Amino acid sequence: MEVLLFGIAKDIVGSSSYTISENAVMPTSVAELKQQLTTDFPELGKLSSLAVAVNSEYAEDGVLLQSQDEIALIPPVSGG
Amino acid sequence: MVDKIIVEIVDELDPSGVYQELSDPNSGGFCVFVGAVREFTQNEQVMALEFETYQGMAIKEMTKIAQDAMKKWDLNKVVIRHAVGKKEVEEPVVVVGASSAHRDACFTACRYLIDTLKETVPIWKKEMFKNKSIWVSATP
Repeated sequence: MEVLLFGIAKDIVGSSSYTISENAVMPTSVAELKQQLTTDFPELGKLSSLAVAVNSEYAEDGVLLQSQDEIALIPPVSGG
Repeated sequence: MVDKIIVEIVDELDPSGVYQELSDPNSGGFCVFVGAVREFTQNEQVMALEFETYQGMAIKEMTKIAQDAMKKWDLNKVVIRHAVGKKEVEEPVVVVGASSAHRDACFTACRYLIDTLKETVPIWKKEMFKNKSIWVSATP
């Protein structure tokens, strides 16, 4: 599973995407994905907010993840 | 509704064409907001701002904002355009605008367009100072 990274999330992880290896426990929901990423990268847990987009739409914690989904981590936005 | 909405992410933003884009025979009022790079933030001198986006999602979110505005107010045309990349002091980075028969609708809508963009559109801004850089709003 690949997660796209932007802004400060990209800086924290040190890459524009993060792959959860096939051997690891795959997160099945948005909540599990957030849990796993904030465990692997504690700095992500210190952000003002952390959202997840599934197929380029904001996704609530309960949304289930499918292997073909495009998944992105959305740190606090600051456009304008 | 589609031909009445323009949403774009661009490398170079030129706000000067927005009047033509919003113009239409039924519009007697236009309201446009332009956001630009300001030199000082909390007394610290900014060298530049660097913007990045998750483009596919940003276009979707900007389209939703424009469509919602058209539903909420009696608008004829809406433009939302944001720049990405490195922008220096005085450079424009965002332009939003609406046209309507009378001014009330476009004034109110214009404020909604920029306020909602700042809340929901996946665009990130890094402030570049002389000796450091900071992702805006990232941490409490």
